Amino acid sequence: MLLISCPNCGSRDETEFHYGGQAHVAYPENPHELTDREWAEFLFYRDNTKGSFAERWLHSTGCRQWFNMLRDTVTYDIQAVYPMGTPRPDAAGQRTADTGTASTAADSTTTGSAAPDISGTSTSATSISSTPAPEGATK
Amino acid sequence: MADLLPEHPDFLWHNPEPKSSYDAVIVGGGGHGLATAYYLAKNHGMTNIAILEKGWLAGGNMARNTTIIRSNYLWDESAAIYEQALKLWEILPEELEYDFLFSQRGVMNLAHTLGDVRESVRRVGANKLNGVDAEWLDPKQVKELCPILNINDNIRYPVMGATYQPRAGIAKHDHVAWAFARKCDELGVDIIQNCEVTGFVKDGNRVVGVKTNRGTINTGKVGLCAAGHSSVLAEMAGFRLPIQSHPLQALVSELHEPVHPTVVMSNHVHVYVSQAHKGELVMGAGVDSYNGYGQRGSFHVIEHQMAAAVELFPIFARAHVLRTWGGIVDTTLDASPIVGNTPVENMFVNCGWGTGGFKGTPAAGLTFAHNIATGAPHRLNKPFALERFETGALIDEHGAAAVAH
Ligand SMILES: Cc1cc2nc3c(=O)[nH]c(=O)nc-3n(C[C@H](O)[C@H](O)[C@H](O)COP(=O)(O)OP(=O)(O)OC[C@H]3O[C@@H](n4cnc5c(N)ncnc54)[C@H](O)[C@@H]3O)c2cc1C
Ligand SMILES: [Zn+2]
Repeated sequence: MLLISCPNCGSRDETEFHYGGQAHVAYPENPHELTDREWAEFLFYRDNTKGSFAERWLHSTGCRQWFNMLRDTVTYDIQAVYPMGTPRPDAAGQRTADTGTASTAADSTTTGSAAPDISGTSTSATSISSTPAPEGATK
Repeated sequence: MADLLPEHPDFLWHNPEPKSSYDAVIVGGGGHGLATAYYLAKNHGMTNIAILEKGWLAGGNMARNTTIIRSNYLWDESAAIYEQALKLWEILPEELEYDFLFSQRGVMNLAHTLGDVRESVRRVGANKLNGVDAEWLDPKQVKELCPILNINDNIRYPVMGATYQPRAGIAKHDHVAWAFARKCDELGVDIIQNCEVTGFVKDGNRVVGVKTNRGTINTGKVGLCAAGHSSVLAEMAGFRLPIQSHPLQALVSELHEPVHPTVVMSNHVHVYVSQAHKGELVMGAGVDSYNGYGQRGSFHVIEHQMAAAVELFPIFARAHVLRTWGGIVDTTLDASPIVGNTPVENMFVNCGWGTGGFKGTPAAGLTFAHNIATGAPHRLNKPFALERFETGALIDEHGAAAVAH
């Protein structure tokens, strides 16, 4: 069982939390301009990182607040806990090759520009994004 | 007395050095990779092919699943492909000349709420229309088929009935893999273990080779059968998959005299239980909520399924958990697999079988081999193409098909 440090309540058992999947996925700025491919990316495609992964958690039986967490999906080590609306921190000293998503993925609540990475399939999704996601960001 | 297992077999395949070039390379030596290679060789005459497996043969989910085989899915597309698989399971022991103890002892999916009952009765109707054997059982009939089940109404979620598929059952997963491996080897397929694919060689948008820890191998075609690692391989090839990898756990008890004659699954209190040929009680339930590649999950998930098991089967209260383990399952949002072409030319993908792909092994192999050999999907895997996430033609089996596998 994971022991998760809620920013508001401190260390609690995983059973008090609810998983929210990949963090920093922005709602499209201009939804009606999206192609089917872009909608598919927004609705169904999420990073499936092997390594350091930025994800959302909800402390559902505690303070009922959402927050973000950086966790290694192989060792399950929790590397950082940080508020929603702030950029992804570096996983200091960890798997540097895996931190690609970190620096460039814009935060969802502030700029709404974290377009899903669709490298290799289509390039049109960059039209919903002021900052294209880095190529090969996931590991 | 519990059944005796087949003797542990002698060496069933060779361990050749990789050649510098093949007509096709299958990445992943689990059940799906093996079945794909088998049908490529048998049905399409492609024998200059290799299976590349980063670990040992069938040591991934193939070694870790609870072996439930059934085809009672709700939607037409699913019923068609899973029923094809079941029909193949029925003939494969003879065709592969290997008795892997496919036991058609039936699978029961319990209903505990009015919603469950309605969904189940509807599914029985849909199954019958699709030629899938299915019955609705009332609690008394449930008890007759599985006397150790608690059908009293003094539990939190009493059993209100069940769907039953008599032709469903279980098989010995390791022996299934070995049966395919021996035939593949006989047909000339190179099975290469300890060979991890680390990248792809492309000419423009066409794949022409795979990079491995044992050198670069040229190939005309690549078929990905990497289950939990599908996203990692797709990323190496330069495309994305709508897959999330989760830990899925299971457990066994010590050996007991035969007490449990069928397979019982409950989505609502969430556990599924069978008794293996040797006598262990085999149990599983749902995935751990978080993404994970660690082949382990959290203990509360095990506790939860044990609580469900003891409520449904009070006799299990004194059994012990002997072992628990986890695999990495490749889940999709519509709980249906992805089998078909990819954005990369000559590269094909078979993944997304998630928590329930053991049962699909023969049909995955049959259709994926067809897709690789001809470049176009088989009738049965066409609806399962990657494009469905764009067209919206999802095959939503979540909550529709007794979807705990
Ligand atoms: C606990 C558990 C219970 C389950 N219960 C059931 C059940 O009751 N019924 C059912 O139908 N299904 C069940 N499943 C699901 C089923 O096991 C899977 O859907 C199915 O095994 C997936 O296909 P596979 O056998 O080819 O996968 P795997 O055996 O996982 O094969 C994939 C292979 O790819 C290899 N690989 C990965 N990356 C690379 C690389 N870079 N290079 C080379 N090789 C690579 C892996 O090492 C692995 O051997 C269960 C799964 C688990 C984990
Ligand atoms: Zn809290």
